[in-house]
Amino acid sequence: MDLLWQTAVNATYAASYMALIAVGLVMIFGVMGVINFAHGELYMVGAYCVVFLYAQETFPFLLAVAAGLVFVGFVGIFMERTMFRPLRDNPLGGLIASIGFLLILQTLAVFGFGRRMGHVPPSTQGKMEIFGAILTYQRLFVIVAAVLLLAALWAFLKRSKFGRALRACAQDAEAASLQGISMNQTARVAMFIGAALAGVAGALTAPLVNPTPYIGHSIIVTAFIIIIVGGVGSLEGAVIAAVIYAFVHTFVTTFFDGVIANIVGLALMLAVLVTRPTGLFGAKERA
Amino acid sequence: MSTAGPAGSIRRAVWRLRWVFLFAILAALPYMLSYSQQEIAVLLVINVLLVCSYRLLTLTGEWSLGHVVIMGVGAYASALLAKQFGIPVPLSMLLGGCMAAAIAALLSFPLFRMKGFYFLIGSFAAGEIIRLIWKRFTDPFGGPKGLKRIDPFPDIETGFLSIDFYEPVNYYFLSLVVVSVSLFILYRIERSRIGLTFHAIHWQDRLAESVGVDTFRYRTLAFVIASFFAGIAGGLYAHYVGAVNPTRFSVDQMVYVLVWAVVGGTTTFHGPILGVVVLTVINEIVLRALGLDTARPLIYGAILILSVLYLPHGLESLGPRLRTRWQLWRSGSAAGGRELA
Repeated sequence: MDLLWQTAVNATYAASYMALIAVGLVMIFGVMGVINFAHGELYMVGAYCVVFLYAQETFPFLLAVAAGLVFVGFVGIFMERTMFRPLRDNPLGGLIASIGFLLILQTLAVFGFGRRMGHVPPSTQGKMEIFGAILTYQRLFVIVAAVLLLAALWAFLKRSKFGRALRACAQDAEAASLQGISMNQTARVAMFIGAALAGVAGALTAPLVNPTPYIGHSIIVTAFIIIIVGGVGSLEGAVIAAVIYAFVHTFVTTFFDGVIANIVGLALMLAVLVTRPTGLFGAKERA
Repeated sequence: MSTAGPAGSIRRAVWRLRWVFLFAILAALPYMLSYSQQEIAVLLVINVLLVCSYRLLTLTGEWSLGHVVIMGVGAYASALLAKQFGIPVPLSMLLGGCMAAAIAALLSFPLFRMKGFYFLIGSFAAGEIIRLIWKRFTDPFGGPKGLKRIDPFPDIETGFLSIDFYEPVNYYFLSLVVVSVSLFILYRIERSRIGLTFHAIHWQDRLAESVGVDTFRYRTLAFVIASFFAGIAGGLYAHYVGAVNPTRFSVDQMVYVLVWAVVGGTTTFHGPILGVVVLTVINEIVLRALGLDTARPLIYGAILILSVLYLPHGLESLGPRLRTRWQLWRSGSAAGGRELA
């Protein structure tokens, strides 16, 4: 029973950072129609912001996380301006360019920090007990931050005027620009938010995963599974699918092993693709 | 264009003999290279087959991310058949190709319910599952370390002829023959009625369906044929290197195939070949000579981005574009000359 609880707590932690990453990927896809293959590398860059600012330069952890969020957001804006905007009517081109960009980010990380794992000391040693399961404050912090950030994003999208413009662009870019919504402006903001979410996920989890320059690979696979299961283009679906996937993956990892868990996750995605290509929660029909 | 005069007839003679020249160059090539460059040349020839078979799949408009894994299926199958059952290597390579084709036929049932982006992701998932199975099940597949000491291609020993395929030069010629035959078959398929149907499905799948083309079957056919040749490429690879492991067929390697195809261009048959040859030469010879080993992925990435941005139709479009510019320039200068006179 204890093991079950502990696994559930671990899965909640996994779900929270996976949701941040997947929601960012969906934001980018929704507004720009581009699958950002470099999303895992944005996570990696966020993690290395913490490695550099917190572990090496000993700034406070929170400051390093905030810096990671902003910096990766600007990397996203850079990607939008240099690659995705010129390739707006060429989705495959955008995908290929993002593959090129991920190679560049990986190499830069190797140059800056070497190939080996960056070690990040925990920012706090505290932990709490929930029904016999242990939750370290470091992990609790990730869960709280994810909930707060996603709530803030939800409020921004549903309540603010700019959020409505953003959703309009995601639904129909042409009609939106006919209403005077600037496509470039919206794309820039969406890219900032999407990238910053991946970056902050990397920054928050850096002390827990000890990043390498190649960590993005497993992240992007996870993110793809989640957005397919949740329905490409659905933010709520991405959050729910992140929870489902995190629980399935964590439980299979605990009771079988990690490779089997990956196979199960991919099979889940394939099954969803075959039976319900719009995802479990994507109501929108896509051609 | 006028072809009168001696220059024109020479040009025509050269054009007629172009295959002779090409094969003469390819035959002389290994003798101009160092040992390590010869090894690269072998892999390059194998990669030409890989990327050309990939192009056959893209003819129907679908971009897969599982092609390198399919190559791996051929490699693993051929290696296991030779190792465990003692099947002679040339036959095991052929069976490896058949195995790859069979797996592709099986995968086509779930995969070709999807199109475009979903097919891309679906093929990625299917490939990763196969790759993780190799990684997880140590018994036949050797786990993360893969298979080692794979039987080499048997030496040819007759009275007057003895060829040792451990030598890269000899293996280069072997691959050259296998790949040339395969490319010829691929070319004939593309020019056949089947190939034209592939094109039709790419550009107008609804229209093709409405005139009675079973698009699912033709997509499957393209996938199966492409996978067969990818499997052959895998067999050539396995018995040359002598070892295969799951990492060798990971999505990182697939990215390179994608890059070759995109940078070269996929409209013409020679586009991907151009891509793989030019990028391999840049990667292995120029960058290595400059001593930029760690920076290689960065430069690859930059080339990829720049070519998508500024050369969206690939290297293959460069020749015709330069030719039109040259003709424009020439007619322009001719007109200018007349005005002066």
